[in-house]
Amino acid sequence: MTAVETRGLTKRYGKTTAVKDLSFTVGQGKLYALLGINGAGKTTTIKMLSCLTIPDGGEALLLGESIRTPLRVKERIGVSPQETAVAPNLKVAENLELMCGINGDRRKEAKRKAAETIAAFGMEEIANKRAITLSGGWQRRLSVVMALITEPDILFLDEPTLGLDVLARRELWRVINGLKGRITIILTTHYLGEAEALADRIGIMKAGELIVEDTAEGMIQRTGAKNFEDAFVELTMEEGIET
Amino acid sequence: MKTFAFALRNTKEIVRDKLNIAFGLGFPIILLVLLSAIQSNIPNDMFAIDSLTPGVTIFGFSFIALFSGMLIAKDRTSSFMLRLFTSPLTAGNFIFGYVLPLVPLAVLQAVIVFAVAAFFGLSLGPNVLLTIIIQLPAAVLFIAFGLMFGSILTDKQVGGVCGALLTNLSAWLSGTWFDVELVGGVFAGIAKILPFYHAVNAGRHALSGEYSAIFPDLWWVIGYAVALMAVAILAFRRRMNHD
Repeated sequence: MTAVETRGLTKRYGKTTAVKDLSFTVGQGKLYALLGINGAGKTTTIKMLSCLTIPDGGEALLLGESIRTPLRVKERIGVSPQETAVAPNLKVAENLELMCGINGDRRKEAKRKAAETIAAFGMEEIANKRAITLSGGWQRRLSVVMALITEPDILFLDEPTLGLDVLARRELWRVINGLKGRITIILTTHYLGEAEALADRIGIMKAGELIVEDTAEGMIQRTGAKNFEDAFVELTMEEGIET
Repeated sequence: MKTFAFALRNTKEIVRDKLNIAFGLGFPIILLVLLSAIQSNIPNDMFAIDSLTPGVTIFGFSFIALFSGMLIAKDRTSSFMLRLFTSPLTAGNFIFGYVLPLVPLAVLQAVIVFAVAAFFGLSLGPNVLLTIIIQLPAAVLFIAFGLMFGSILTDKQVGGVCGALLTNLSAWLSGTWFDVELVGGVFAGIAKILPFYHAVNAGRHALSGEYSAIFPDLWWVIGYAVALMAVAILAFRRRMNHD
């Protein structure tokens, strides 16, 4: 069953076309990675799919709901923005309870979910600390977990491991891998190893367009490259890098 | 539930900011103490405790505009707002979530000011309760100022406009520190067109038991509060769609 389907999705900012005629589908429970160099249109795509930006053309359906009816879509998605997004003066547990509350959970249910999530992500030692006092790495982890706690059907992770050390990154990979099959995930990342390790399918964007879509293995075979990074570089360079 | 969860977060963000407490409670109380000390040495009708207290309460409310404006402006310019905008919160949830916590904070602030005034000889009777109720529309007026400025300005600009301009404007033109009739002319004319002078007068009438004199002044305040809240909601909704 299809969880995400975009047809000719387009977004313009003035004379610049940030995303052009984007069409792809993601099956339910699959992880789809959107890759591309800076300015490729990945974040704009996420913003359109998560109803933060209205497209200028095309359509996108999330579990059959159009992004032009945002409230229905928002009830089924979770988003971890590119920058850390936490309430600074709230404690870690309170941040998590807030996410449950604004998604409609009653207070008791929110507290239960927060306690479970804190235990599941090994956050006991920071549970009662205010977010503003945490290190950048912990804030980042909290920010990602805040997108997970509401148990969304579709999860958008915009560069989730940016700024995390290698251990924290691997820990988050383990978590994301555990979600696969249950939650549909759209991931953007600059870490090619991350996409290779996690994604069922990968789309490479360049100058707002989807230039290739395949598995990591398929891209390696298609280009005859030694590894995925070389394949990515070759595919991105094929039409010449704009300066 | 969603509104309550968001309102609870906003309450915590405001009360956990030590500067908010220092300015919102400390400043009005210091002024009350200082002016009462002057009154005991150089008796002056203007600084008599039953004349001074309603004015200091209104002056304190101007800091509520600063709190709410800063919170909204900071949220607006942070990734946290991106996260909130991808949640199923509606415009109504946002507006009530920002406004609701400020009403009890304003009441609490007024109660504390009156409690301090009692140490300087204000007799605590039913008229004190009536005065606090009569001054609620003024609290709503200042909350609307905060919502409006928070929706259209950056947090630094809110600091300047609400923290300096509005607090001074409401202080000078309210008749709390001196009788605007003594200045007369254009100054008194402007003071009587704006709501601050009327808000203080309505409070003074309520406290002194001149009930029939309350309403001409209170209508001015209610009119301004309703109109400004409508403008503020419009500004917030426009900014929400724009952002």
